[in-house]
Amino acid sequence: MSKRVLTVDDSKTMRDMIAFTLRQAGYEVVEATDGKNALEALAQSKVDCIITDLNMPEMDGLELIRRLRANAAYGATPILMLTTESDSEKKNDGRAAGATGWLVKPFNPEKLVQTVSKVCP
Amino acid sequence: MDPTDRFKRTYFEECGDLLSSAEARLMSLGDDPQDGEAMAGLFRAVHSIKGGAGAFGLDRLVKFAHEFETVLDGFRSGKASLDLESHATLLRALDTLADLVQADRSGLVLLDNHEAAAAAELAALKSSLGLQRSGASPRSAGPGRVAEIEPRQKRRWRVRFTPSRDLLRKANEPLLLLRELRTLGAVKVAVDTSAIPDLASIEPDGMYLCWVLEVETAENEERICEVFEFVADDCEIAIEPLPPTSADGPEEPLPAAATALARATETDRAAQGAIAPVSGEQSTIRVDIEKIDRLVNMVGEILITQAMLSQQVAAVQGDVVPELAAGLSQMAAHARELQENVMSIRAQPVKSVFQRMPRLVRELSAQLGKEARVLMSGEDTEVDKTVIEQLSDPLVHMVRNALDHGIEMPDARVTAGKPRTGTILLSARHRGGRIVIEVEDDGAGIDRRRVLEKCVARGLVAPGAAPSDEEIDNFIFLPGFSTASKVSDISGRGVGMDVVKRNIQALGGRVHIDSKPGRGSRFTLSLPLTLAVLDGMIVTLGVERYIVPLASIVESLRPLPRDVARLAGSGRVMALRGEYIRLVYLAQVFGCADAVNDPCRGLVVVAEVENGLKVGLVVDEILGQQQVVIKSLETNYRQIDGISAATILGDGRVALILDLAGLGRVAEAADAAPTAPAALPPPTGSSPAVAQ
Repeated sequence: MSKRVLTVDDSKTMRDMIAFTLRQAGYEVVEATDGKNALEALAQSKVDCIITDLNMPEMDGLELIRRLRANAAYGATPILMLTTESDSEKKNDGRAAGATGWLVKPFNPEKLVQTVSKVCP
Repeated sequence: MDPTDRFKRTYFEECGDLLSSAEARLMSLGDDPQDGEAMAGLFRAVHSIKGGAGAFGLDRLVKFAHEFETVLDGFRSGKASLDLESHATLLRALDTLADLVQADRSGLVLLDNHEAAAAAELAALKSSLGLQRSGASPRSAGPGRVAEIEPRQKRRWRVRFTPSRDLLRKANEPLLLLRELRTLGAVKVAVDTSAIPDLASIEPDGMYLCWVLEVETAENEERICEVFEFVADDCEIAIEPLPPTSADGPEEPLPAAATALARATETDRAAQGAIAPVSGEQSTIRVDIEKIDRLVNMVGEILITQAMLSQQVAAVQGDVVPELAAGLSQMAAHARELQENVMSIRAQPVKSVFQRMPRLVRELSAQLGKEARVLMSGEDTEVDKTVIEQLSDPLVHMVRNALDHGIEMPDARVTAGKPRTGTILLSARHRGGRIVIEVEDDGAGIDRRRVLEKCVARGLVAPGAAPSDEEIDNFIFLPGFSTASKVSDISGRGVGMDVVKRNIQALGGRVHIDSKPGRGSRFTLSLPLTLAVLDGMIVTLGVERYIVPLASIVESLRPLPRDVARLAGSGRVMALRGEYIRLVYLAQVFGCADAVNDPCRGLVVVAEVENGLKVGLVVDEILGQQQVVIKSLETNYRQIDGISAATILGDGRVALILDLAGLGRVAEAADAAPTAPAALPPPTGSSPAVAQ
């Protein structure tokens, strides 16, 4: 059964590109527009990996990571955060919140697939 | 349309929304400069525009948006407050940003200095705010590293990997790291388990292991570091080069880890996915296998008697002597331990099967002109002798298949950016009372288009059907299926994956495929550790009890009357999520007169028969799940279609274990001649022939 990945981003462009790339690599992809929306989506179906942007309206990525790590059902699910190269502070915050790894924007499709398969083969 | 164009269109549409929302927020900031929410929204909008621009390589837009974003971040994080002048600067910057977006969208070329004025204002504002964001300015996503042309010398490295206690809490999985390291070259793994505390003080999500890894690779140290990139802050990692040794040196344990291993030999087998325990001097004794089987049988009897006693004690309400109950539960524990120990006598490491694969692969790859190697892990995992014997053929077939259909020709691999030499990974581990064996290759994956074409051409699938990727993958298990365009000498001789699946199912196992185009396939076998006991679901038909093998059960439900229909010539079916499932009325097949015999009042247990075909067994109710001891019918009575064996339940009654594949055939025959008498005599609970 293919692994299911949740991509959380307020930008439809990013969601579309991530979904397209991962689907081509054999993953199943579900999408959410922000942290709150992600929690709703997760209440409906379980996923094997989560890719989340950090800057989002409603609930940002850091809060989402904290809430997921506090939830036993998602304590062991790999979470990748999208960061920008210039933002090492955010990266550290994300690590402290419990993110498994990160992906530096902008990235090319190969890098995306390679990083996701690193934590969720 | 080219996907990139499609994404670009989405991006520019989104930019339109982002720019207008940014403008609205900037206007409201003019009225209320303290509005943090508006500033955060403005920052996000510019950030999103930059992010997308980076993905499409719109460098000029990225550069300007980056400067803009830096300034906004200063305001957002409260490092400065917005005054009239800076507000004006932001407005001009936003207009300029909109120009740049518009230019990229329409393909117009702006003057080289179009954004210069706004950028200078932003830079001035930035320095007046004293903002210096760390890190370099962003790059657009270019192609990956240029492949090295010169082949590099292989070197050996020692990696000491000491994770912090927290590692698992961020969902980092050491096993995946070891596997990734293995993609660089051959790895010797030693684990130190000495830090594992006693059970009472163990934290379930705590990390107590550390590793010493020896990797032989042509890659550099940086690439090794990259494997551990995500865990670098949660572990101590030391990488040191080792002096080269003569090729294929003796398999000595790593000196540094040897002491740790010696300390750890008696500890858990949980880590054995990665480590080969050090085998010491052992004294052995040859025993006739029949003696062991008698022992296994006796243990079975003890378990049954024990279950019987427990049930009777439980049935006596209240006044049971407490000592009796305590003694019984202790006996139950001893009996289980005895069973495990006796079973372990019959258990053998899967190594005996795995060991044959490297040679097989070497010979076959020479024949096919391919380059491949075999890696193994968990080869000391033990499983019942009979399972091992039956496992050999399917495994050989799967490895052949991986090499023949999975691994590409060396040149094709290089073109695809993979190492010339393909890798087939064999692994075994215990999980949940079963053994899980994986055969994984890093080849081309299943060519789903070709599989589908083939299936349509052979009439296995209706033309125009649109099965899911997963369904297509499972088509390779259909009888007589073979994707090799011409029948090759290796794996196209009519013995297909359907035989593999049938053999595995006959052992009470399951096969599962996971394939990613261009990246390889993984076949996962899950098998019971022993054939002497079976996980079963007890169902009732009137007063009788039957056992359905748990591994075959998909789901159980009670259908609505409108979902049950009779099809001309093929018996009754049940509609389930758009699929028709043949119903097998067990009460008719077995002649149970007192059974409910109505799916809408009883229950339907949906089970997989073979090749993904499902049947719905109509039963009265489900009593529960239980491990049962298998008693052969053939040795005690004779073979019966639809029944694989018998067992004795806790209350001393005999229950028959259903053979689902056989049952499908019996039901088919019964449907074809609906007036024919029941195929089987009703079993009786006290049949002495079976109870022996």
